[in-house]
Formats: sequence, C-alpha cells, structure tokens
Amino acid sequence: MHHDTVISSHGLTRRFTVKKQVVEAVTDLSIDVRRGELVAFLGPNGAGKSTSLRMLTTLIPPTSGTATVAGHDILTDPAGVRSRIGYVGQGSSGSFAQRVRDELLSQGAFYGLGRRERTERTDELIASLDLTDVASRSVQQLSGGQKRRLDVALGLVHAPEVLFLDEPSTGLDPQSRANLWEHVLTLRAQHGTTVFLTTHYLEEADRYAERVMVMDSGRVIADDTAAALKADLAGDAITLVLDDETQLPVARSVVERVAAVSAEQPEPRTLAFAAPSGSALLPTLLRELDHHDVRVATATAVPPTLDDVFLALTGRTLREADAPGGTGEDAPAGTAGPATTDTRALEGSTR
Amino acid sequence: MTTAVRTRVVRPHLARDTWHVLVRELKPVLRDPFSLIFSLLQPLVFLGLFGPLLVAQSGGDLAGTLQWFVPGVLVMIVLFGTGATGSNLQYEMMTGSHERTLVAPLSRSSLLVGRALKEIAPIVVQGLAIVAIALPFGYRADAFGLLLGLALLAVFGVGLGALSYALALATKEHEWLFWGVQQSLIFPLLILSGVMLPLDGGPAWMRAVASVNPVRHVVEAMRAQLTGDLGATAVLWGWLAATALAVVGLAVGVRAIRRSS
Repeated sequence: MHHDTVISSHGLTRRFTVKKQVVEAVTDLSIDVRRGELVAFLGPNGAGKSTSLRMLTTLIPPTSGTATVAGHDILTDPAGVRSRIGYVGQGSSGSFAQRVRDELLSQGAFYGLGRRERTERTDELIASLDLTDVASRSVQQLSGGQKRRLDVALGLVHAPEVLFLDEPSTGLDPQSRANLWEHVLTLRAQHGTTVFLTTHYLEEADRYAERVMVMDSGRVIADDTAAALKADLAGDAITLVLDDETQLPVARSVVERVAAVSAEQPEPRTLAFAAPSGSALLPTLLRELDHHDVRVATATAVPPTLDDVFLALTGRTLREADAPGGTGEDAPAGTAGPATTDTRALEGSTR
Repeated sequence: MTTAVRTRVVRPHLARDTWHVLVRELKPVLRDPFSLIFSLLQPLVFLGLFGPLLVAQSGGDLAGTLQWFVPGVLVMIVLFGTGATGSNLQYEMMTGSHERTLVAPLSRSSLLVGRALKEIAPIVVQGLAIVAIALPFGYRADAFGLLLGLALLAVFGVGLGALSYALALATKEHEWLFWGVQQSLIFPLLILSGVMLPLDGGPAWMRAVASVNPVRHVVEAMRAQLTGDLGATAVLWGWLAATALAVVGLAVGVRAIRRSS
C-alpha cells in the first residue's frame, strides 16, 4: 500500500437476501485510492456503486472483505472512519423542518467543532456554496440545486479528508449540475480533498473524474483515466466514404494494413472501423490511400465516449443497462425518489 | 478567508451526543413556537366539545367536571402528540437526513435518546397552556402538584416517544404501517385509561384490562397530583408505570436504532 493511499479495500463483498434469494450486490471490490484523487464509480442502476459506497462509509457492514478509509478500519473502527469522511447520500441530508444555518451548526457540533469554530465554519460554507440568501430558510423551501449545495456543505463541515458523493447531480437541471460541480472542484482545489463519487451520467464521469472505475453486476470491470479507457477499449470511430465502390477492396486492404483492424461496410462505398488514437491515424491513412489512387469523398473520426467503453466491456450500452429490466437479475439500486426507497428497504431487510 | 478546521478523530460519547441531538431537535420548535400552539387544537376540541357533554352527563358543575377532566386531557396531549413523533423520524429516514446522522461520529443511542428527551419541551408548554385555558372556567390546580404532574408527563412522554421512534424504525418507509399500528394502539389505550369517561361503570373485563394499562395509572396519578393529594397510592402507581414505560421504551428504542442502517 502506497503511503499516500486514503482508501484501500480488499475483497469487499456484500450479499443481500431478498425474498429468500441471495443477491450479490458487490463482489470482491479491491481498490486503492490515493490522497487527492477524484474517482468515479460509473455504471448502470443496480451495478453495486451505492452498496460499495455504503460499505466504505460504514453505513452497512460487508459480508466479507476488509477496507481502510482515511487511516481507520471500517470494521474495527467505524467511528474513526466516520469522523474523517464526509458523506453526501442520494437523498437530502438536511432535515426539511430545519433551517439551513441551524443544520450546519448542528452538523458542526456532531463532528466535535467548538462553538466558535462551528459558527465560523458555517458562515464560510454558506458563503462559498452560495447559500447566503437562503441561510435562514427551512430546508423544505429550497430548490433542488440549493438542497444539493446544502448537502455538500453538510458533508464538508468538518473539513473531511475524503468526501463521498452518491449520485450527486441526479435530478438536477444542467445548470444546477454544472454549478454544483464548480463548487466541488473549487473546494477540492483549495483543500486537496479526495473526492469519491458514484454516477450513471457518462458526461459527468468523463468530464470531471480523473479516474473512472466502471462497475457492472457488482464488479469493477475497468479502472483507468477516462482518456485511457476510451483509447484502449473503444478508440475513435472512423468512417471513410469512397467516390468509387470498385475501389473498396483496395481501400480495405490499406486500412487493415495501416490501422491493423478489420473494417466493416455498413453502407455502399463506406468503410467503418474503430482505432485507438484514430484522429492521429487519419492523415497517414489518407496519404496511403492517395498513394494507391483511392479517391476518398469524406473522412470522419469521432472520438469515443465512455458509453462506447461500456459497450466494448459488456456488450450493451449504459442506457440499455439502465432501462427497466436492462440488467436482468439485478436488484434495483435507486437513483432518486422511489427507487432510493427500494434500495434502503432492500438493504434493511437483510439485517 | 478559510477557517482552518482541524481534522480530528471524534469518538462517540453518549451524554455529549445526546445533548447535541436534543439541541438540534429543539431548534425547529424554538424557531417556530406557534407550531406547538397549533397542535393544541385537538386537546382543545376535546376540552371544548366533550367537556360540556361530560357536565351534562354527570350533572355536576363545570369546575368540578374540569377538575376530573383536565388531568386526562394533559395525558391526551402526550398520547396524541408524543405518540405520533416517530413520524418525524420516519420522514427523515425517507428524505435522507437520518442517514446523514448515521454517518456522523455520534453514539447511535444518542440519536434516539436525544429525540425522546426533546418531547419534554412540547409536553410542558402545551400542558401549561391547557391549564391556563381552563383557569377562567373555574379550574384550579395545586401549584406543586402541577409541577410534579408535568414531571410525570415528561417521564411518560420520553418512554412513549422512544416507543414511537422504535415503531418508525421498525416500519421503515412504510408510512401506512406506522400510522396503522399507531392509531390502532392509541384509541384502546385512551379509552381504557378513563380519560374520557370513568371506567367504574364498565364491565369487569374492561376494568381488568385497564388495570394493566400504564396510561390508566398515569391518569389516576395526574388527578391526584393536580388536586394536591400527593400522598395518594395512585401517585406512586403512576410514577411506577411511567418510569417502567420510560425504561422499556428507551431500551426498545435504543435497540432499534443500533440495528438500523
């Protein structure tokens, strides 16, 4: 284990019994996260993202396996873990009956901050998370974006070493989502906090996470930077349309030699294939084709998305996997609203 | 400017955490004390609409009837108000704020004990309000007896509140189940406590069941205490019943919250 490792898990596994059937929500989660990293679990509903997070944050014990978070063992010293991590769950952290400022002050007290310290910290978080205008409103009166910013503020009161965010932007409009991320990234830049989140938004993982762990059916099936995952597992989608269909066989042999992949012919006069760093390959390829007198009408290279990565890994897209029944045997791990309730009911029924 | 918050390891501490949970629970009450008065509506309806019927039924005078009825109404505040308090926790379990407190370095027991202790505040405020409203109609309470009576209600309320929270934890997200169980317990407890009508005229089996109803003993003790009869055996039985309920309630509640996730 690297000396700068803040999260380290070995064989973390969680089984639930639902209606007398054993469901393995998470299987053999073995990961290391270094201090200051921004890591995302990406995967469809029911992939085991939230269950993994709930084990790492001591909300549920693992069926087997161990983990150390911020220097404390989740099994032998859950209190130690709790005092050093911040957690923003899928629901709303603030009680609807409470006022924004009151909740932050109470949270400070819960984490052992003195009277003066918690007042200063509360004022600072209210200012930095744009909650000044709503500080004396009750949580119930807040908009979705404001509620989420309060959730993040509550998770940060004690300046935790690690901040866990479970589906932080689900249900937010694009503007609130971008705004939330701006706050999270700024705070992270200032304090070097390790951020660990779950998401099923491809764009979110792609844009913000430095490291993406793709989860499916309870297992981490890929773990790298988004760029590396896309380059290694998907590659750019290249499409060539020729002027003359009779030149297709020549073109195909050139493509297969230069790109070392086999090309498909989705339409007449068209060759399509995926290649790592395909954009860089394209000029060479065009020069070669020109050299063989193949006339190319259009040439496009589309960079891959994480959905292409997921497709390459699992044979289905995230959207398909997210659709009801898309994961087949998986239990619903909710995103918001009633689905969240399902997860908790499921997890509760096993205790 | 950024406050340097020291990252420290905070160990759960029952007394300190209970205090912080209690303070948090009291905040909405202090911010919006009118909500306490508003929830007085139900006991006031009983006092205003059932009271006159009792007067007509008993043939006694208003002051005398109030002497008998008001202590029961005070117990009713606890039954209806505190008995329903678990729904607040249930709501917080559904929205997610309860989960947030489970991740905080708090003693699990404090989450329940702090909430149960908070129930004392509305009980005392509402109890005093009911007595004040009854005064112009000729009701008179012994001052020390009233103080002792409120203390008894507080002990009773902590126990009942803890049980209500335990019910919320047991029924989880099933709001209908919480209310179903709560409602089907509250009314038998109320009728078999002799708050509304004396049980003396009831059948023997009813009196037998009532004798093991802790609410019945609390009501009897309240009646004795508020008239200044502090040495009555009923007072002793009432305190025993309330204390037993508090001990059982807290034990059940603490067990429930320790197992919750």
